[in-house]
Amino acid sequence: MRRYSAFAIAKEALRHNTGWQKAWRSPAPRKKYDVVIVGAGGHGLATAYHLGKNHGITNVAVVEKGWLGGGNTGRNTTIIRSNYLQDPSAAIYEKARSLYETMSQDLNYNVMFSPRGVIMLAQTHHEVRGYQRTAHANALQGVDTRWISPAEVKKLVPIINLDGPRYPVLGGLWQARGGTARHDAVAWGYARACSAMGMDIIQQCEVTGIDSAEGKVTGVQTTKGQIACDKLAMVVAGNSGLLAEMAGFRLPLETVPLQALVSEPIKPCMDVVVMANTVHGYMSQSDKGEMVIGGGTDGHNGYTQRGSFHHVEETVRALVETFPMISRLKMLRQWGGNVDVTGDRSPILSKTPLGNCFINCGWGTGGFKAIPGSGWAMAELVAKGEPGPLTAEFGLNRFREGRFIDESVAAGVAH
Amino acid sequence: MLILTCPNCGIACDETELTPGGVAHLERSGPGASDAEFEDYLFMRSNPKGVHFERWRHSSGCGKWFHAARDTATMQVFATYSAQVTGPTAEVLTAIRAKYPDYTLPEGLKEARP
Ligand SMILES: Cc1cc2nc3c(=O)[nH]c(=O)nc-3n(C[C@H](O)[C@H](O)[C@H](O)COP(=O)(O)OP(=O)(O)OC[C@H]3O[C@@H](n4cnc5c(N)ncnc54)[C@H](O)[C@@H]3O)c2cc1C
Ligand SMILES: [Zn+2]
Repeated sequence: MRRYSAFAIAKEALRHNTGWQKAWRSPAPRKKYDVVIVGAGGHGLATAYHLGKNHGITNVAVVEKGWLGGGNTGRNTTIIRSNYLQDPSAAIYEKARSLYETMSQDLNYNVMFSPRGVIMLAQTHHEVRGYQRTAHANALQGVDTRWISPAEVKKLVPIINLDGPRYPVLGGLWQARGGTARHDAVAWGYARACSAMGMDIIQQCEVTGIDSAEGKVTGVQTTKGQIACDKLAMVVAGNSGLLAEMAGFRLPLETVPLQALVSEPIKPCMDVVVMANTVHGYMSQSDKGEMVIGGGTDGHNGYTQRGSFHHVEETVRALVETFPMISRLKMLRQWGGNVDVTGDRSPILSKTPLGNCFINCGWGTGGFKAIPGSGWAMAELVAKGEPGPLTAEFGLNRFREGRFIDESVAAGVAH
Repeated sequence: MLILTCPNCGIACDETELTPGGVAHLERSGPGASDAEFEDYLFMRSNPKGVHFERWRHSSGCGKWFHAARDTATMQVFATYSAQVTGPTAEVLTAIRAKYPDYTLPEGLKEARP
């Protein structure tokens, strides 16, 4: 792999950019791999990367039905934070957040991590108590967050209206080290690093069946033929139910559309991320100047990657009241993804009823921020075959045993 | 906008008039059920891409519950039907098979008794 650097750019400028290589290879699948990963979203690619980097397993294929990063990874609003309530969540999300800090150097790929700070607004007294509790929990977990007053919110976000009649701002939970990153670059950076380690990323290749013998997985059927493997990792977010069905088990999650939209670009006006969970709205400004806005999920199951219009209306209505200056902005684009929501709003990183088959799913509305930590933890699970400290609590068995990691009490939405 | 006709009052309602109530026809586990049965009832979901049976409430209208058979991939609505049945009726299945001739009910789900 040719390293990217200022020197390389200068050299290429002198020879009319004729020396750049493709960022990753696009090989045909081989007959067999040690590990096959289904899904080239951020979580699948990060799993592959850490299998190679942390465990020396590089005979790996990542199989993707569309294009890499074309699922939720390329559709999200890129908020990164780790101020969760429950200890197991704080551990894995904080691991991820800290890995984001060095990701550009680790991958030699600029993922534009921007730790600009994230505020979660408290707009009801219930939320005030909830976020103060989270701030205390975070202090015990070693996660750097702070409860801030309305005056401090106003100082960080001058365009905010504190005294809206319906949604007054009563304070906020502030994580200065949270922020955003470029979602496509995260997928591309991992893909390039995996390819350089000799892994095969096979796009336009849909898994249509799962082969097993004596209760263990032996390979996958794909639109590019059969691929054998010793171990299989399913990392397909909204499509997890379909993969599980192929493998003969069910999952405690449902797939619902979640959408986002961006405005026309305007001059810099807000340099932090603001989330308003009561009203299901959140907003940040992209480097291009667009206001990036996300809302709530549809109330019913769906695989449409689209979402219902009235959810956009609800989100925008609330945000206009909280940020009056956006009322005349034109919206440029709207899109949706299919998110996989579990009963306790926490992810699943687990062994499955099928031997040597592992699953990573249930990140729902908020898994972009978790990508590097999830990949790190999932790689350990796949390599060793048993959960490590970061995944132990996230097993499938928690639903039967009543050991929920309930994040729905902490935040109605969790982006 | 999703539009469902409430079988109770006959009104074609916009989604905003309705409250979704999740997957339909779950078999409730009672006292004495095993942990696995409770897990199944409370959490495990078939989550199909395609035909899905759902509960809805006409909350900003007549206030009553009803069932809908809907396609989660195409948004097509096959039928809405009474809340007082334990499975899709023969008419609902006929409407689904007009689109998917080979459709069979998923494991554990039975057609409503006439
Ligand atoms: C609108 C929106 C906003 C969001 N905002 C945020 C946010 O601000 N912060 C945050 O942290 N998270 C956010 N999220 C959630 C986040 O996007 C996801 O949790 C995360 O991207 C999931 O990554 P993944 O790799 O698991 O899944 P994906 O990126 O969806 O990747 C799964 C891949 O599997 C492939 N696949 C599926 N089935 C098959 C098959 N049979 N064979 C082969 N390949 C298959 C898919 O094509 C897909 O590329 C948001 C999501 C959406 C939709
Ligand atoms: Zn009605």
